Amino acid sequence: MAVRVVVTGMGVCAPNGIGLVAFGHALQSGMSGINFQPELKELNFSCQIAGKPNVDAYNLNDYFTNVQLKGLNASGVVYGVMAGKDAWQDAGLSANTETPDWDSGIVFGTGILGVDKFREAIYKVDQGNVRRLGSTSVIQTMASGISAYLGGMLGCGNQVTTNSSACTTGTEAILMGYERIKSKKAKRMLVGSCSDSGPYVWGGFDAMRILPRNYNDSPAKASRPMSATACGFVPGSGAGALVLESSESARARGAKIYGELLGGSINSGGQRNGGTMIAPNSEAVVRCIRTAIKESGITPSQIDVINGHLTATTKDPLEIKNWSIALGRSGKDFPYVNSFKGLFGHCLAAAGSIECVGSLLQFKLGQVFGNLNCEDLHPEIKKVVDASRIPQKSLDIAPQIIAKASFGFGDVNACAIFKSYNK
Amino acid sequence: MKEEHFVKLKEIVSNYLPDDVSSEAIQLESNFLEELNINSANLVDIVLDVEDAFDIMLENEDMDGMQTMADAQQIIQAKLEAK
Repeated sequence: MAVRVVVTGMGVCAPNGIGLVAFGHALQSGMSGINFQPELKELNFSCQIAGKPNVDAYNLNDYFTNVQLKGLNASGVVYGVMAGKDAWQDAGLSANTETPDWDSGIVFGTGILGVDKFREAIYKVDQGNVRRLGSTSVIQTMASGISAYLGGMLGCGNQVTTNSSACTTGTEAILMGYERIKSKKAKRMLVGSCSDSGPYVWGGFDAMRILPRNYNDSPAKASRPMSATACGFVPGSGAGALVLESSESARARGAKIYGELLGGSINSGGQRNGGTMIAPNSEAVVRCIRTAIKESGITPSQIDVINGHLTATTKDPLEIKNWSIALGRSGKDFPYVNSFKGLFGHCLAAAGSIECVGSLLQFKLGQVFGNLNCEDLHPEIKKVVDASRIPQKSLDIAPQIIAKASFGFGDVNACAIFKSYNK
Repeated sequence: MKEEHFVKLKEIVSNYLPDDVSSEAIQLESNFLEELNINSANLVDIVLDVEDAFDIMLENEDMDGMQTMADAQQIIQAKLEAK
């Protein structure tokens, strides 16, 4: 019998809410997590706003030992461990203290890890003072640091790894974990992704001049997915985590179930036919969505909600057009569409996982979450989708099937299909 | 003077041409993205090279209006005069 994969736990460390309750409330009520960042102003950034989780209010001793906290200067590790451990606990699982759990693994992605720690190290090395780096320079800056930290904390004995595919990373991690369970190589996979905060991560995007620069005194209005006045993405950071599990294992331990991951697809446009290092090949995007639908054993007409990649750049209308072609649906027949990036910006490698957590909370709360800052819908989008399908406020409509896509630099795509769980 | 700027600018821009576009194609009215087929991401690098070569600084707004060689030349001229 084919293995079914369900979501039994979630955790999130997002700019507009840490933990499922705060994050769910923020998405329901349209609370922004984008703020002015004085340090970016000091450093002469054009875009001086960003989405950054407010971890200061939390006691990190709840997540790390004192020794682990000593010299910890990797924001992505902090966000990822908070989200990952919360998800594990939310699933009703505990850390394996004696022997590792051979059936539990981790795929936790990132784009770059511990940049602040790396900066410390570079200064010391350049000063000829390498002996002063300390013992944690490597583990805080290796890409797989995040899965390594979590793997040790939880005692996972199956595959423990980190994936990296730019802004597709989070959704890709989820699908990699899904495949591992589906192929019966693991029973449970903690999947997700994290992204560091700060000027060294965001600077490169500012230099590319693809961030908004006229909203430094009105940060909550800056991120405008699907809007006619969209002018670039607001950089973000954070982490999202899901516990994926075979339905057999979930049922056996009486776990609560947020939804089922029906299937998905990962591909690349090969940087051909309109695709470049930084722009998508539309044919590949359409194929990715169609393949995900086919793998999931549903028809396009069954999709109630799309949670888009929709970053608030000039590419948003093209993405909507690609969804319309892939689903063969338009106008009033189009699914509801939302982009959470209006609320917390583009969390880069963490975007896919944070947004999947948000998408699944729509099942739990029986709502389709509203969009922020697209009251002035882009005219090219209005040509494809009826405005009523792009809610400005959350709707009390319980979705059954949600499609989530993420796209990234390198012309890479991922699409996952979630279904509300019916026993 | 203007001719000199054009030659210098042409030299910079030619470094970012795709392999199948020859530097002969660079004319005063050439559009960077549509005619010369330059990757939009490289416009940022062209601006940086221009800043170094002419010892000027271009603002974000200057870059927004820079679609053709003529636009770029005009902006450079204005910046040099304002120095």
